[in-house]
Amino acid sequence: MSTATTTHEAHHHDEPPRGLKRWLFTTNHKDIGTLYLIFSLVMLFVGGIMALVIRAELWEPGIQYVDPQFFNAMTTMHGLIMVFGAIMPAFVGLANWLIPMMIGAPDMALPRMNNWSFWILPFAGAMLLSTLFMEGGAPAAGWTMYPPLVLQTGEAFPFLIFSVHLLGLSSIMGAINIIATILNMRAPGMTLMKMPLFVWTWLITAYLLIAVMPVLAGAVTMLLTDKYFGTSFFDAAGGGDPVMFQHIFWFFGHPEVYIMILPAFGVISQIIPTFARKPLFGYSSMVYATASIAFLSFIVWAHHMFTVGMPLAGELFFMYATMLIAVPTGVKVFNWVATMWRGAMTFETPMLFAVAFVILFTIGGFSGLMLAIAPADFQYHDSYFVVAHFHYVLVTGALFAIFAAVYYWLPKWTGHMYDERLGKWHFWLSVISVNVLYFPQHFLGLAGMPRRYADYAIQFTEWNQVSTIGAFAFGLSQLLFVYVIWKCVRGGQKATAQVWEGAKGLEWTVPSPAPYHTFAEAPEVK
Amino acid sequence: MSTAHSGYYLPHGSHWPIVGSVGLTAMLGGFGAWLNGSGAGPWFMAAGFAILVIMMFGWFGTVIRENLAGLYNEQVDRSFRWGMGWFIFSEVMFFAAFFGALFYARVFSVPWLGGAGDGFLTHELLWKGFEAVWPLLEPPAAVVTPDSNPYPVPKGIIETWGVPAINTLILLSSGVTVTWAHWGLKKGNRGQLVLGLIATIALGVTFLALQAEEYVHAYQDLNLKLSSGIYGSTFFMLTGFHGLHVTIGTIMLTVILLRAIAGHFTPDNHFAFEAVAWYWHFVDVVWLFLFVFVYWI
Repeated sequence: MSTATTTHEAHHHDEPPRGLKRWLFTTNHKDIGTLYLIFSLVMLFVGGIMALVIRAELWEPGIQYVDPQFFNAMTTMHGLIMVFGAIMPAFVGLANWLIPMMIGAPDMALPRMNNWSFWILPFAGAMLLSTLFMEGGAPAAGWTMYPPLVLQTGEAFPFLIFSVHLLGLSSIMGAINIIATILNMRAPGMTLMKMPLFVWTWLITAYLLIAVMPVLAGAVTMLLTDKYFGTSFFDAAGGGDPVMFQHIFWFFGHPEVYIMILPAFGVISQIIPTFARKPLFGYSSMVYATASIAFLSFIVWAHHMFTVGMPLAGELFFMYATMLIAVPTGVKVFNWVATMWRGAMTFETPMLFAVAFVILFTIGGFSGLMLAIAPADFQYHDSYFVVAHFHYVLVTGALFAIFAAVYYWLPKWTGHMYDERLGKWHFWLSVISVNVLYFPQHFLGLAGMPRRYADYAIQFTEWNQVSTIGAFAFGLSQLLFVYVIWKCVRGGQKATAQVWEGAKGLEWTVPSPAPYHTFAEAPEVK
Repeated sequence: MSTAHSGYYLPHGSHWPIVGSVGLTAMLGGFGAWLNGSGAGPWFMAAGFAILVIMMFGWFGTVIRENLAGLYNEQVDRSFRWGMGWFIFSEVMFFAAFFGALFYARVFSVPWLGGAGDGFLTHELLWKGFEAVWPLLEPPAAVVTPDSNPYPVPKGIIETWGVPAINTLILLSSGVTVTWAHWGLKKGNRGQLVLGLIATIALGVTFLALQAEEYVHAYQDLNLKLSSGIYGSTFFMLTGFHGLHVTIGTIMLTVILLRAIAGHFTPDNHFAFEAVAWYWHFVDVVWLFLFVFVYWI
């Protein structure tokens, strides 16, 4: 996409400071990116263990290991931690590492605020996790925090609200920084339509974040005042409406879905051209499709609430608007496939995850289309079909893209090639187990098994057992991922600057590992 | 994009962000403990707030010193501009959530409770006798279960063309004075700058005083409270968050005034002033929406 000539001058403070201070006080985008990625990996395991508690309990009908209240706390905390602790920080970590290098910038635009965006997260995460030990238990009303149920939370309640505030604050600051970086820090010649797609998708994602995280903050603030200060936003007896919470929440929640998938689209759009050894098919249509998806994401929120009792006109509008999203998404899938078409393809681990993404994310997209059909959704709503749907887009979609990104750029970050054999093992174990885990949940949901419940009718047993076997296999496979990263950080075959034969873009013009400060002099982009 | 960023100022490590995180966590954690009835809660909250104030002094102080030392070039200035602009956009969206709640209540939920559209049966079975009007003084519980109604029923609402109209004039005038101050700054006329800022701050403080007086009037004379059903909820949350923003804006203007007196600004380098002016105009525009949709129609 762009070629660059870079002059690297000797830099008098090219060495990072040593010790804990480096990580606490850092203003370096690479350090902060690393912190985000490590935090996200830790949270992936914390949330993953909660998922395994859920799957263990669902091994058999009846109550086995945990009481139903704790089970619901697990589904709630698992959702919050995976969304706000694992997936979102992972993408922000990738943005931190990659965007300055991709656009030829010396660092992020607002480096000190960058530090704060990250360093709010561990505090917010700790506050959220501390609710597990509180009187009345952790929040158990679902990650969507619907009133009036969520108002029955015990002492954990204010800490749930405040941790959401803090997580939102972190996201908003991170997003502001990313927009300022992209709009202000590009190297000469790096016009908007020359930017790598990962940068484009993040620009649009950051806009979505700034637009909707404050709305979530407003919604949870209303919950707080309803519980403690006598307001009646969500109380019909006072003239409010519990359904109003759902509207405000999903006005945040639907763009949030794209916040978690658009950067994944960006990652896949970087990886497929590299391993197909062809430029991305339809670059500008990719940009416009991303923007269209972002726009549509603001006018589809009520498809999460078809069964709540909306007027017919609302059901119809939100149904058709939702189906429209299939068009730009279809453009993207078509372009990825067209990029691979007649390419000289090789299948290193990043490419394997990227191809799996295209196929499995599309399955999640199709089940989303099924759910978009309002009359059909009355059957699927709040069933395991929904659980299967959003885990296909979030695990085999967003998470697989993160795996792909980590394998793709790990040599650039560490200067070593990862162990390709183990990477492939990780891929195949993951891709098989994840389907064993989630595919049966489609059947369970269509057969009528409700979500967020510790017990189930006996006819659902077999597929639940298959799913649980898949869950433990998938969870254990991720230990291999940690080992591969660990091994790569410790050593391995030296990586070249370009790393991959077909890789294009500014980040592949700097040595591997990328120097602590890149592009002190702006590279020229032709 | 023509300026190569070789001169871009990259700060070294800073301890202020982590101090800020500790402050935020102590403040919110303390608030949460307080809500749970812990006696130590308010102390943690106050300590956290104090830490945040110290953090802001330290952090902004560093930025001001670096700026005065000439470490920032035009590109850094642009980064600050983008940062402030998008921050204000995030604030707009925060208010949008509460305006959304107001519109939803007025257009949908209150009429439905009164039996409109699909709400017919709910009205018949649960809220018989409830009348959907806006401003909603008598929420459903006040009509259906008057003996156990937890929502104070107001005797009336704030008169539109009294204090709120005066406050509208005050805030609009303050938008003029802050612009006049900016003209002074651009001409290099420090007297006009300082005078304009003082006038703006005075108008802001007057606005807040009138708003406080109005709140006392609402609580004591009208029995209109935060807990007076959805009307009181939307009224006090919207005007309350706006008042908080005016307070923050006034504090920011005061800092800018002190810096103007200290001679920190030059006609071509004064983004801090502009950022605060933008913020002040934002607060102004939010008020116009409040005046129209909360007080007037």
